[in-house]
Amino acid sequence: MKRTQFFTSLGFALIIALAVPTQVFAAGDAKHPAAQDWSFNGPFGTFDRDALRRGYKVYQEVCAACHSMNQLRFRNLSQSGGPEFSEAEVKAIAANFTVEDGPDDYGDMFDRPALPKDAFIAPYPNENAARASNGGAYPPDLSLITKARGLGADYVYALLVGYEDAPEGVKLGDGQYYNPYMAGGKIAMAEPLVDELVDYEDGTVPTKEQLAYDVTTFLSWAAEPELETRKQTGVMVIIYLSLFAGLLFLSMRKIWADQH
Amino acid sequence: MSGESTYNPKSGIAKWMDERLPLMRLAHDSFVDYPTPKNLNYWWTFGGILTFCLMTQIVTGIILAMHYTPHVDLAFNSVEHIMRNVNYGWLIRYIHANGASMFFLAVYIHIFRGMYYGSYKAPREVLWILGVIIYLLMMAAAFMGYVLPWGQMSLWGATVITNLFGAVPLVGDSIATWLWGGFSVDNPTLNRFFSLHYLIPFLIAGVVVLHIWALHVPGNNNPIGISVKSKQDTVPFHPYYTVKDGFALVLFMILFSYFIFFAPNVLGHADNYIPANPLVTPAHIVPEWYLLPFYAILRAVPDKLGGVIAMVGAIAILFVLPWLDTSKVRSARYRPLFRQFYFIFIGVCLLLGYLGAMPAEGIYIVLARIATIYYFAHFLIILPLLGFIEKPKDIPESISDSVLSSNAAPAE
Repeated sequence: MKRTQFFTSLGFALIIALAVPTQVFAAGDAKHPAAQDWSFNGPFGTFDRDALRRGYKVYQEVCAACHSMNQLRFRNLSQSGGPEFSEAEVKAIAANFTVEDGPDDYGDMFDRPALPKDAFIAPYPNENAARASNGGAYPPDLSLITKARGLGADYVYALLVGYEDAPEGVKLGDGQYYNPYMAGGKIAMAEPLVDELVDYEDGTVPTKEQLAYDVTTFLSWAAEPELETRKQTGVMVIIYLSLFAGLLFLSMRKIWADQH
Repeated sequence: MSGESTYNPKSGIAKWMDERLPLMRLAHDSFVDYPTPKNLNYWWTFGGILTFCLMTQIVTGIILAMHYTPHVDLAFNSVEHIMRNVNYGWLIRYIHANGASMFFLAVYIHIFRGMYYGSYKAPREVLWILGVIIYLLMMAAAFMGYVLPWGQMSLWGATVITNLFGAVPLVGDSIATWLWGGFSVDNPTLNRFFSLHYLIPFLIAGVVVLHIWALHVPGNNNPIGISVKSKQDTVPFHPYYTVKDGFALVLFMILFSYFIFFAPNVLGHADNYIPANPLVTPAHIVPEWYLLPFYAILRAVPDKLGGVIAMVGAIAILFVLPWLDTSKVRSARYRPLFRQFYFIFIGVCLLLGYLGAMPAEGIYIVLARIATIYYFAHFLIILPLLGFIEKPKDIPESISDSVLSSNAAPAE
């Protein structure tokens, strides 16, 4: 009986621990994004490799025009658990970009093609330049975007496909658009994705929803590149600890047998 | 209970050492042959679990400090560097971040266990007070640790809390400036918080030693709350409680692992993955879940200084709990009235936690005020009065009597 009490209490503690912060995230006046069936959900979740590769293309051709991803390096694109491009492919991708390096032996800065070790190239040299080109708004860095917003991937996806005409009574300023998933409803980013905006080489039909799904998958990986290793390790750890707990329970029964 | 030492050095080296520094004797008497009441339930396993939590935080923290940079321009990126480039850095950091929550979960269970079974009563008042000191140090360590990643909630949480010192009359502003090392939370603040965050766990470890010492003088309390009377009432700590604590610890580690591997960010706030920006205030500034009840009390009082006094008082009142509770009976099992008020009190604490996460407006603020008043009334009115009003149930003669009778007819 004491044991049952213990587990019940532990269960309650867990529920409390989980419920309180969720309440915190739920605050705000934005529309609640619908839960999507992501391949990386759940304890056995993994990223859809093809979606990651397509998503990178969407990021590169659409998002990267305004948004940086400063935490990412080209070499990350070939590491396991990610899009897993080959090292040769990553070299070729990086070589499309130019980085400033230096100073050289004469003290001069020089341009060279990017290498896998280099960070993704930001579209603007600094925040002021970014604001100047975007009507005063600052396009946030996307490296951690799915971790930096409550409800993460579901929110990003909902935002990308959720643009609507402003309802009556909502006054949009110059360069503002209406999106019910954005807190306050007003967003400075024009609807970024439309059908067939990006050419997919693998035959997937590039609908707006497909583009959003792929790029959100890519952004989720970028925010949590360790996700697959983490979940796989976690399954093994929990199996190990459960067996260990079982052995300890049996030992305990044996040791305490003479006391009951 | 701390009777004759039964340590018997076997080897020559052990004898030699025992005559010079009886370290092994201390360990033997404290953790091997230490006589422990035989009726401790699972609520008593959290002492060992908390020791595990402290050691885990220290070990992972030392490793994190090898890769972290305490500078406003570099801190956020150095944490991401740990997550992305350091081998198993994500694991170390998630253990440390979730470890703080697990530490508080365990300490709250430990504290509420002490309250239920009257573990703070004579002769364990000093043991209890040392525990409250540990709890205070834990809150300081956790608060400063949350500032280190230098995300939005780090900066603004630190701003809200340090601003509280500004409420002190006359010298408040000077104190705040002195704490910050400037005129707002900035690089000097981050630097000193890192230094103190590294220091406090070792202070905690020191007080833990005193806490265990103060435990081993009177010995453990137990679920029926009456003192050990004979050898029949106790078993040696090892192997009886090493195996029981070990089993409970592994169950606790399973819960811990669930958070580390499958929900590592659910206990944190998403805003802390946005780099700190002094020009943008988050919509809702909330502390970590384990500080929410005190945050609710702070905001429940309409006056800033009054709020600070209430919040500090809510913790400080724990120091005098042993003298506020006038009942001579320790365990709530034999205190029918206290038992009911105890569960109401837990409900009020949980309600305060919930209200701390809600915006301070409308019905929330009204409920927070009622709950705050009740919180203090529990200590200042209910507990002192209960000792006089309540008629306790019959208490068993001894621990072994109660164990034998509960085996014959499993009550409760």
